[in-house]
Amino acid sequence: MGRYVVRRLLQMIPVFVGTTLLIFLMAYTLPGDPVRAMFGDRGADPATLAHIRHDLGLDQPLIKQYWDYLTGMVLHGDFGTQIQSGRPVTDVLSDAFPVSMRLALIAFGIELVLGLALGIVSGLKAGKLRDNVVLLLTLLLISVPVFVLGFLFKWLFANQLGWVTPNVQDSMSVSELFLPATVLAALSLAYVARLTRTSIAENLRADYMRTAVAKGLPRRRVVGVHLMRNSLIPVVTFLGYDIGSLMAGAVVTEGMFNVKGVGYYLFDAIQRQEGTTVVGLVTVMVLIYLAASLIVDLLYAVLDPRIRYA
Amino acid sequence: MTTAENTTPLLEVSDLHVEFHTRDGVVRAVNGVNYSVNSGETLAVLGESGSGKSVTAQAIMGILDMPPAKIPQGEIRFRGQDMLTMSREERRQLRGQKIAMIFQDALSSLNPVLSVGYQLGEMFRVHQGLNKKQAKAKAIELMDRVKIPAAAQRVNDYPHQFSGGMRQRIMIAMALALEPDLIIADEPTTALDVTVQAQVMDLLAELQQEFHMGLILITHDLGVVADVADKIAVMYAGRIVETAPVKELYAQPAHPYTRGLLDSIPRLDQKGQELYAIKGLPPNLLRVPSGCAFNPRCPKAEDICRTELPALAAVSEDRGSACHFWKETLNG
Repeated sequence: MGRYVVRRLLQMIPVFVGTTLLIFLMAYTLPGDPVRAMFGDRGADPATLAHIRHDLGLDQPLIKQYWDYLTGMVLHGDFGTQIQSGRPVTDVLSDAFPVSMRLALIAFGIELVLGLALGIVSGLKAGKLRDNVVLLLTLLLISVPVFVLGFLFKWLFANQLGWVTPNVQDSMSVSELFLPATVLAALSLAYVARLTRTSIAENLRADYMRTAVAKGLPRRRVVGVHLMRNSLIPVVTFLGYDIGSLMAGAVVTEGMFNVKGVGYYLFDAIQRQEGTTVVGLVTVMVLIYLAASLIVDLLYAVLDPRIRYA
Repeated sequence: MTTAENTTPLLEVSDLHVEFHTRDGVVRAVNGVNYSVNSGETLAVLGESGSGKSVTAQAIMGILDMPPAKIPQGEIRFRGQDMLTMSREERRQLRGQKIAMIFQDALSSLNPVLSVGYQLGEMFRVHQGLNKKQAKAKAIELMDRVKIPAAAQRVNDYPHQFSGGMRQRIMIAMALALEPDLIIADEPTTALDVTVQAQVMDLLAELQQEFHMGLILITHDLGVVADVADKIAVMYAGRIVETAPVKELYAQPAHPYTRGLLDSIPRLDQKGQELYAIKGLPPNLLRVPSGCAFNPRCPKAEDICRTELPALAAVSEDRGSACHFWKETLNG
């Protein structure tokens, strides 16, 4: 197990370098010129532009710029500086990530509780009425685009019922984040419910379930221990990976509800061609993804003893 | 021992019917089965797949999925008490404690993600309220009993870490855990190598003697039966077609189907000859032939066999055959 973890951690290095390089190249080949943009419509004389470029290191070859960026980040935790505002990118990161993390965790909680509950309820009665209701409901959630659902929820809960304000005022307030988190969780929730349902319906017919009944175990033990331990393995895997995408996939939701998290800053940075900010935000996301996938793989081995890493 | 225990069989199945309601129609898997087992006795139930032998066993255990299964008629008496009229909870209490079952494929029948120690210990925790530690000690004891080497080290291992024979021993240990009165073994050796089959059968027979349990051994393998069974019930298309003490049945079958089964055992002294096989296929239970269900495959079939269902006729005091021509069959 220990050797496996070390190997996985080492494997992360090329993945990390590769992804950051790609993002770096993509961000810097975006059309437009951030230095020229600093002067707006007035324009500036070429000497000044060249001077600023030189100060920022933008006249260096791209690969040299990447190398400087990478070493600065790894050695000094320096993610660069925003060109326009002169603000360190780390400041943006420390503003954005706690918000997104909070939003993602609330969404994750909703997904976990509702998704599992719906999946268990329908899986235990596969083919019956309540199973079909859940299947229909989840199909609806999967089919409706997130912005439609978001505006629908906004209209219903903010405009019609007046339970919440349409836009989030304080991005750290849990009660205000609840509605956007629900919208964010909707799609994953449907997937979790369906995955749980299928897994349960399948394992319900397994031979070991018959054994458990033949042992004279009470029903709650047959279902709660024997069925669940087996059925939840694929679900836990999905949930683990999903934490990463909940944090990253909130661009639309955060924009719609004015939540100032990663998605919000990312969109903003792309619009302003702030390459450094984009790369910084995405790099942290890549790290979260890598960590999440490692944890999921380790958890998988804990849950399923047939899988052992050497 | 009281007189009641002497006269009432441990388990008595009478006129049991089981049907499955499927989209294609009603499958009558068991049609009026009668048999009984006493303490210390081994009944072998023999038959091809689809003959209803496993379904009968599952009905006794109460582990049929109902629906689609339905028991429209019949009684299953355990120590004189009809289990079919018991409450769900009463039946659960019997399962594992009084009646236990050993399944065919131990790998799929054991829970893959729980250690064998947990699965064995669970019997004691649920039925006797022992704590985890006590249950584990009991599990090790059981594993020793079924001769699993290094039980104390292996108690935390998972089913996939054991060999096929060892896994079947664990199934046996699980069934034996609470020293039940009756064990139903559904093809316990089918998935095993021949040498391991013998070991497992010997172990089962030995433990049965030790605990004086009743044993219902379900199998399609005549070789397994000969050594361990006291009496045999042969099933075909959901009915018992012949029942007899084991030696008599081997020596002189009283039903053409039993004869066919015995003739299809490969024999060493007839090497090189073509193996005998009963012609035709087992009937589709949705369309069982009229009269005797075996008539399309029977070498002795006559008109009466196609119209009239033969009842189980008494061949002798403890033998029965459901054949119109049992006398002719008996005499070759």
